[in-house]
Amino acid sequence: MSTTMRYSYYPGCTSETTAVEFGLSTEAVCEALEIELIELDDWNCCGASSAHSLDHELALALPGRNVAIAQEAGLDIVIPCPACYQHCRDADIKMREDEAWREKMERILQFRYEGDARSRHLLEVLSSDVDEHKLKEKVIKPLEGLKVASYYGCVLVRPPELTGWDDPEHPMTMDRLMEALGAEPIDWSYKVDCCGASMTLSRGDIVMELSTKIVEGAIEAGADCIVSACGMCEINLDTRQALEEKMPVFYFTELMALAMGLPRVEKWLGRHSVDPRPLLRERGLL
Amino acid sequence: MEEAMALGDAALAVTADSAFSDVVKERSGEDIKSCYYCQKCTAGCPTAFVMDYKPAQLLRMIQLGQKEKVLNSKTIWMCIGCEACGTRCPNQIRLAPVVDVLREMALEEEYAPETAIYSLHRSFLESIRRWGRMHEVTMLAEFKTRELLAEYPVFFKGLLGDAKLGANLFLNGKLSFIPDRIKRMEEIKALYEEAASVSSEETEVSG
Repeated sequence: MSTTMRYSYYPGCTSETTAVEFGLSTEAVCEALEIELIELDDWNCCGASSAHSLDHELALALPGRNVAIAQEAGLDIVIPCPACYQHCRDADIKMREDEAWREKMERILQFRYEGDARSRHLLEVLSSDVDEHKLKEKVIKPLEGLKVASYYGCVLVRPPELTGWDDPEHPMTMDRLMEALGAEPIDWSYKVDCCGASMTLSRGDIVMELSTKIVEGAIEAGADCIVSACGMCEINLDTRQALEEKMPVFYFTELMALAMGLPRVEKWLGRHSVDPRPLLRERGLL
Repeated sequence: MEEAMALGDAALAVTADSAFSDVVKERSGEDIKSCYYCQKCTAGCPTAFVMDYKPAQLLRMIQLGQKEKVLNSKTIWMCIGCEACGTRCPNQIRLAPVVDVLREMALEEEYAPETAIYSLHRSFLESIRRWGRMHEVTMLAEFKTRELLAEYPVFFKGLLGDAKLGANLFLNGKLSFIPDRIKRMEEIKALYEEAASVSSEETEVSG
C-alpha cells in the first residue's frame, strides 16, 4: 500500500513571482513528506481583495472557477495563500448552499458540483494530515536556539466561521509546528494583527506603519525572526520595516525544509529582502 | 435636504434616508441595527487611524440613514477587510461585507472613490480579465497610469519608493515581464460578462 497522500493544488499567482520561495519550498516540503500535489489545470486568479472591494459577483465567480476545476478529481485543494484560501472557501460554500448560484456556475463553466473537494490551507494540511512522528523522523537538523514569532495575519484565521481555525485570537497551529522542528516559538501579541498587504501598492505609507508595528512587537517579545504562512504578509513584512535593524521573515515551509535538511534552502533565502542567512549562520543552522 | 437647510439648523443639515439601512442589510446580510455601540470594532481596527469615521461611527451612521456621508467617507476605502471587527463583535456584525457593499453602492451612484485604492483594484481586475491571472508588471503599469491621470501629485510622491521596491523585487527574480495567459480565457470572459449584467441590474434597483 502506498503511503502517498494526494491533493489538488492551487498555487495562486504569487507563488511564481513575489512569493516564489513559498511556492518552491511548498513543493519541496510536500515531496519530502510524500504528499503529491496535483496542480489544478488552467487555474485562474482568485480575484483577491480587488474583486471583494469592487464586485461581489466576481469575488465569488473567480475562485468559483477553481473550485469547479477541482470537482472532477474530488481531492481536497491545498492552498498556500491565505487570501486565495479564504476566497475559495467562500466560493465553495456559496455553491454548496445557494442552488440558483450553483446552477448558474455549472451552466457557465460546464461542470458538475460534487462537493467533495474542500479548500484547505497548506499549514492546516501539513499540521493535521501529516503524522507527527513522521514529521519528527524527517527533522534531521532541529532548529535549536532559534526564537520564532509565528505570524498568522488576518484572513488565514478570520472570519472564524469560514476558516474554522483552532482559535481566531490566539492560534497555536504554527507555533506547534515550529516546536516540532526544534525551534522555540515565543509568545507575542501581534500574531493575528493585519499587516495591510492589500494596500501595499496603493497606500504604502499606511502599510509601513502597520508592518513596522508588527515587527517591533516581535522584537519586543525577544524573537529572532518572524515566520509567516502567507505570500503577501511575508513580502510585506520583509520589504516594509521602517527600522534601523531589520528582522528576517521566513515562510514556514522554508524553516521546515531547513530542519528537514532539504537542498536549495539557502538559494531561496538569498532572494529575501532582509537576508536571513547571517542569523542562521550565527545560530549554527546553516 | 433642501427642507432641512431651509430650517437653518446645522444639526438638521444631514439627509436621512430611511431605506438606506435596510438596503445595506439586505445586500450585505448583516444585521446592522443590532449594534449597540460598544466600539470594540474601532478599538481593534488596524486602519482606524486613517479613517474619517471610525468603524462604530460608520455603523451608527448607517443606522441613522446618513447615506451621503457614508458613501462619501474615506472609511469605506480605508477598510482593509481583515475581519478583526467582525470576529470580535458581540452582536456578530461583520463589517467587512458591509463595507464591500458600501463601496459597490458608492461606485454605482458615482461617489468619488479614493483614487489610489480604487485604481489599484480596477487595474488588478483588468489584469485578470486580460490574462486570467494577475501579472504584476502590466498591472502596475496600468495602475500607475490610472493614478497619474487621476491625481498626479500623489503619483509623483509615491514613485520613488515604488521604483525602489520594484527594483529590489526584480533583482531578486520576483517580477516577470512576460505575462502567463491561461488557456480557457472564454470562461473568464463569461464570468466577467455575467458579473457585469448582475451589477447593472443592481444599479437599476438601488438607483
